[in-house]
Amino acid sequence: MSRDDVRKKIEVEDLRLAYGSQEIIHSISFDVRENEILGIIGPAQSGKTSLLRCLNRTIDFCARARVSGSVRVDGEDVRQMKDVFALRRKIGMVAPLPVGLPLSIYDNVAFAPRSAGLTRKVELNAIVERCLRQAALWDEVKDRLDSLGTALSGGQQQRLTIARALSHQPEVLCLDEFSIAIDPVTTMRIEDVLKTLRREITIILVTNLNQQARRLADRTMFLWGGRIVEIDTTEVVFSDNPANPQTYDYVRGVFG
Amino acid sequence: MKKRLEAMNRPSRPRWAVLGEKMLEGVIRLCGISAIVFVAAILLFVFREAAPILFGDRFHLKQFLLSVEWYPTSVSNVRYGTFALTVGSVSVTALAMVIAVPFGLGAAIFVSEFCGRRMRETLKIVIELLSAIPSVVWGFIGLTVMSKLIVAYTAAPVGVNILNGGVILALMSVPIIVSIGEDALKAVPDSYREAGLALGATRWQLVYRVLLPAAKNGLLAAVLLGVGRAVGETMAVLMATGHAVHIPHGILDSVRTLTANIAAELGEAPVGSDHYRVLFLTGLLLFGITFAVNLTAELVVRGIRRK
Ligand SMILES: Nc1ncnc2c1ncn2[C@@H]1O[C@H](COP(=O)(O)OP(=O)(O)OP(=O)(O)O)[C@@H](O)[C@H]1O
Ligand SMILES: [Mg+2]
Repeated sequence: MSRDDVRKKIEVEDLRLAYGSQEIIHSISFDVRENEILGIIGPAQSGKTSLLRCLNRTIDFCARARVSGSVRVDGEDVRQMKDVFALRRKIGMVAPLPVGLPLSIYDNVAFAPRSAGLTRKVELNAIVERCLRQAALWDEVKDRLDSLGTALSGGQQQRLTIARALSHQPEVLCLDEFSIAIDPVTTMRIEDVLKTLRREITIILVTNLNQQARRLADRTMFLWGGRIVEIDTTEVVFSDNPANPQTYDYVRGVFG
Repeated sequence: MKKRLEAMNRPSRPRWAVLGEKMLEGVIRLCGISAIVFVAAILLFVFREAAPILFGDRFHLKQFLLSVEWYPTSVSNVRYGTFALTVGSVSVTALAMVIAVPFGLGAAIFVSEFCGRRMRETLKIVIELLSAIPSVVWGFIGLTVMSKLIVAYTAAPVGVNILNGGVILALMSVPIIVSIGEDALKAVPDSYREAGLALGATRWQLVYRVLLPAAKNGLLAAVLLGVGRAVGETMAVLMATGHAVHIPHGILDSVRTLTANIAAELGEAPVGSDHYRVLFLTGLLLFGITFAVNLTAELVVRGIRRK
């Protein structure tokens, strides 16, 4: 595949984000290609979560946030979109701390399909099972789908939110430090799932674990203080001579 | 070595702090217990006043509860049947709730989820004002304004009836339902809202799929406090419902409620007379009704919770 026939799924151009008068993201531009895994690494406070929130416009909930520049998904500017609900179903989002809705496990996963208008029980059942399997949770909860999602353990709840994010068959899946509350074994299982999804959907993986980006990402972006220090193929970013020496230091943990 | 360990384990806080904490705990416990004591004392007092007739041989409980004949001051044919009064209370309250619950909960949802900040502040002040109006003023409005409207727009011969009392009571309980309901909705963490919206739910879907289930206990409490207000209200219904003791056939009939009856007659009943004691017994009946309402609600809430 040559460079030119790679379709761009998301194009970010000159994006700036400020909370009140404090600018957090300073004019960044990059693309996310269709069906790739883009890793985003960077120290705390560098604006990774804020960036994701600009993509599916959940930033709208924050009254103080000011966004400028453009984010285009499939060529369409998200801020001009009429149906923001469809945008949010197109972009699945998994937050770092699990937010189980106060509903049953089943209803948690069926929430998005139902919101989109799906009511047939058979289809919903199929979706719930598929997503819970993909999130490596099915075996643990298949006998108690009716119990409250909030009653699960932290790691299980996190996997529930992953299942939920997959339930509306998103074209882009954003994971924000998904493995914070999950043990290494389960993390590996979910990483395997992500690998199988790699050629079907586009994945943006924000992670504090550099090695996770190295294992999974096709390309990796190093974000620092609201600026892109480097974005390149994962091999280059983690190689001995990335374009920027700061990248070299950060991925080796000698960042000060 | 052992000595040193002991020294380390010894509480380092000064004795007065420990003692102070104990005392504070005692005071708080006393406050908690006193609430129970007061309720029990009130109940006991009412019961003591009612007991002689309750256990006397001239009294029939079945007649008291189920007869519609209330002739407390008749010379030859004294009757103490409260059924019509109970029906009066229940019908006025039911009508009030039919009006107040949808309006109150709707307004709570609107105030908490749909309106802007400016609007919210304004509405909250107005609602607060509404709940500060004394009940006798409401009764006055019922007697003068509402009753004229009812006579003008319906076929009712008199304007003071169930409809009038129900509307007045609804207006009185809506502010409670709105403010408690809004608190219940506000208590739902914002992360639920974000999670729901991030899954592509519209605001309405968010309200009935996430917020209502999450806030159901609080909302039920709001409704119940509204019911409690309506059942216990006296002055306004006394003035607005017409004070006629009989079983109503429609919402345009006049009725008398348990509360209004006590308020109107207790002053004229000689202390210690049968009439006086029966009125206290009516108070107990009222207490029983509110208790039953609260208990049902409690059970409903638990049922919902277990699910
Ligand atoms: N809702 C908000 N209001 C005001 N400031 C915010 C808000 N959310 C984030 N910020 C600020 O924006 C900056 C970037 O936050 P962000 O959560 O995007 O960082 P992050 O890279 O995701 O960090 P971490 O790795 O710790 O998750 C921080 O300084 C934070 O204080
Ligand atoms: Mg973050």
